[in-house]
Amino acid sequence: MVAHPLAPPNARAARSTGGGRDEVILAGAPPREPPSDRLAAISRGEVIPAEVHPELATEEHVLRVQNLKLWYGEKQALFDVNLDVPKGQVTAMIGPSGCGKSTLLRCVNRMNDLLDIVRIEGDMTLNGDSIYARDVDVIELRKRMGMVFQKPNPFPMSIYENVVYPLRIDGERDRRVLDEVCERSLRGAALWDEVKDRLQESALGMSGGQQQRLCIARAIAAEPEVLLLDEPCSALDPIATGKVEDLIQRLKGEYSVLIVTHNMQQASRISEYTAFMYLGRLMEYGPTEAIFTNPKLDETNSYVTGRFG
Amino acid sequence: MRGGPARSVVAGGEPAVWLSGAALAICLAMIGGLLALILWNGIGTFWPGELVRVTLRDGSAVLGEEYGTETYELRRASVPLLPAEARPVALAAFPEGEDAIEAVRVLLRTDNRRESGSTFTYVDAFEVQPGSKTTPSWAVVLERSDQGRFLGEPVRLVTPEQTYEGPEAAWEAFQKLRPAALERNERREELEEESGAGGVLIREAELRVRSAEMRTGVDGRDLARALSESALSASERTRLEAELAEKPADLREAIEEYVLLERRNDIQDAPRLAAMSELSAENAAEYLVMRTASGQEVEVETAEVVRGYRANALSWWGRLGVYLSRWWEFLSEEPRQAGTAGGVWPAIWGTVTMTLVMTVFVVPFGVLAALYLREYAKQGVIVSAVRVAVNNLAGVPSIVFGVFGLGFFCYLIGGGVDQLFYAERLPDPTFGKGGLLWASLTLALLTLPVVIVATEEALSAVPNSMREGSYACGASKWQTIRRIVLPRALPGILTGMILAVARGAGEVAPLMLVGAVNTAPALPVDLEAPFVHPSRSFMHLGFHIYDLGFQAPDGDAARPMVYTTMLLLIALVATLNLAAMWLRARLRRRFTSASF
Repeated sequence: MVAHPLAPPNARAARSTGGGRDEVILAGAPPREPPSDRLAAISRGEVIPAEVHPELATEEHVLRVQNLKLWYGEKQALFDVNLDVPKGQVTAMIGPSGCGKSTLLRCVNRMNDLLDIVRIEGDMTLNGDSIYARDVDVIELRKRMGMVFQKPNPFPMSIYENVVYPLRIDGERDRRVLDEVCERSLRGAALWDEVKDRLQESALGMSGGQQQRLCIARAIAAEPEVLLLDEPCSALDPIATGKVEDLIQRLKGEYSVLIVTHNMQQASRISEYTAFMYLGRLMEYGPTEAIFTNPKLDETNSYVTGRFG
Repeated sequence: MRGGPARSVVAGGEPAVWLSGAALAICLAMIGGLLALILWNGIGTFWPGELVRVTLRDGSAVLGEEYGTETYELRRASVPLLPAEARPVALAAFPEGEDAIEAVRVLLRTDNRRESGSTFTYVDAFEVQPGSKTTPSWAVVLERSDQGRFLGEPVRLVTPEQTYEGPEAAWEAFQKLRPAALERNERREELEEESGAGGVLIREAELRVRSAEMRTGVDGRDLARALSESALSASERTRLEAELAEKPADLREAIEEYVLLERRNDIQDAPRLAAMSELSAENAAEYLVMRTASGQEVEVETAEVVRGYRANALSWWGRLGVYLSRWWEFLSEEPRQAGTAGGVWPAIWGTVTMTLVMTVFVVPFGVLAALYLREYAKQGVIVSAVRVAVNNLAGVPSIVFGVFGLGFFCYLIGGGVDQLFYAERLPDPTFGKGGLLWASLTLALLTLPVVIVATEEALSAVPNSMREGSYACGASKWQTIRRIVLPRALPGILTGMILAVARGAGEVAPLMLVGAVNTAPALPVDLEAPFVHPSRSFMHLGFHIYDLGFQAPDGDAARPMVYTTMLLLIALVATLNLAAMWLRARLRRRFTSASF
């Protein structure tokens, strides 16, 4: 199961003396265990608490994930994930393919409900309100969040209608309100100047980067409490990526952003906090700078320095 | 091992290219051939050709339009079957020792079916006196309203006042008198219509009496009829009126209304009938005397001629005029003489109406069914089974749908509707027989699988990312379907509609059972309230083709019309398809996707 060679054993042993992480080892395990034992524990299916940096405790949290477990049919994809997303900041989730970061993101607005085979235990709270409680109205819940997907998915309608879609489905008809929201959202997504003269044209005629920023405009049209970005730049060229990254920087403060990315430079450029996930577990979570320059776990270090993943 | 010549041919894929190319070429040739045949025969039908006159060896003459020449094998043994005068000529044509020769015969459209009994005549080359073929300048074609075409030469024209002798004078007078004759015809038709309308009113009043009878349980129709007799003795009248006074109020009112209408109609009908018989007499008194090629003299009333022209004296433009006027008649008039002449307007209208009503039924049902299958139903064994069943439904022979439609729609549902709402008309069925509604529903059932399959394909082609995007905005499932999925799938759904229209418009077999007739008294949709008459039978181009080609009493004369009607049906289906394609193209343009 854990056949991934992280690093040569001697290198791991050498780094394991790095100190300061006795507290993360499982209770009852002998101190100063080499990290290979952490992976061995994972492979035995044991619960591994994440390495969470103390800076996070000082933040106000918009979203809290509590002991989330998720199964695709028989196969478990998330194991006891606990993650608190700070308010008004950009939080990045990194990790190798298949580590469950997109799955976790899609759990936040319950997109996984659309799949019959998914089973979930544990809970999340959005500003204190449970997401997975029995009596939650999923549709109302989703209206409190915005989500942007890997590939731009504008709807087959005009640019204007795309942006005001969240209001339209709420039955908003007042032209003034719609116009105002459209302009505010497009300005927010740094797209207004490019499209203000062709709002009534089909959104499908825009370039890929414009389409993705349109999707962001759509996601922020309803003033979401948290913005979920699932690898928003993976289908874009570098210039479009740069524009979207600038945009995310601008959204910071006003919106709480949770972004999944494969691109570690991107995570380090745009996020305040970074969570490293591996094999369905949250491994380490802390300020981006600390994760990239001085991680507490060897696995994190190996990943961010490109030695695997 | 490698590089052998045989091997390299196979490896290069050349045979596959040739094979597939040849298959395509054969397909195209067959389709092209079919279309060319129909076009050639269909377009030529109405062109007025020259009339030729040939004298035969027995002294008789034949006048007709040449339809073609064919060669056949003549055996010595069958020479005695030729006319007596042609036999020596034919025998002389056999070389020594030969038992069979190629002989030639000409097919002439001689018309004059009433006079001679046939529309076409074969003239054997051996029969013809050499050099006797002429194109007489006074050969005239008269299209009669109910007797078929007449070919011959005018002799004189007789009116009550005057007789015009000689072809020239007669023809000139004929041209001059025709407008008045046509006016008389129109006037006559109007009178007939009026009296028909009166009849309808009386029939309706009678139905009201019948339904009042059914409500009250008291008989009244016999009384109503007796009361409306015009020759009633005073005592009889008093007795009947006393009887009427005893009837329940409902029934009494209905009877009184009926009697009133009958009397009014009697009063109005008398002058109508007089006027009609006067017009008939006028028509009968004004006639052309024509001479056939065989010398027989025939009287043709001017009023009975729909179209008349001098076939050999027409210029090219004159011919074009006749050709176009025949096309216009074909497209806008009702059929005459069991469809061999006149037009097919009721059939065009019936086909279009039936197809549209079918589309109105089949598209919403098919789309909703496909929506449930694709968007709501949990994909599994049952849904797969349903899908297989729907696909198989597309392969069921159409006549099976016809039988089902007749049993289920016409007899079961239609019979029930009659019992409930039209009981006074029984035993005459109203909905309990074939009609527009049942035919459309039957064809809707027939084309349902096409729509369902196409819609399902279109729905599954909508990327899931769009659905997810919509859900992420907080849209419900229905909002997502209505605002995102359906608009995006619309071009595909329209493709399904096009296929359904194409299939439905051309289907004939089930219609024979559930509503298509060879002559419909009235159109299924007209200007008469309530405008749409779903219980009426209708004419259909496809059925008309079958009826003309294989059921008409004069099959030979009908053949050219069969081709023209086929051409029209193909053009109609193509037009319906093009309209739907245009619609789809417009929608596509709205949803064109930028590729990135």
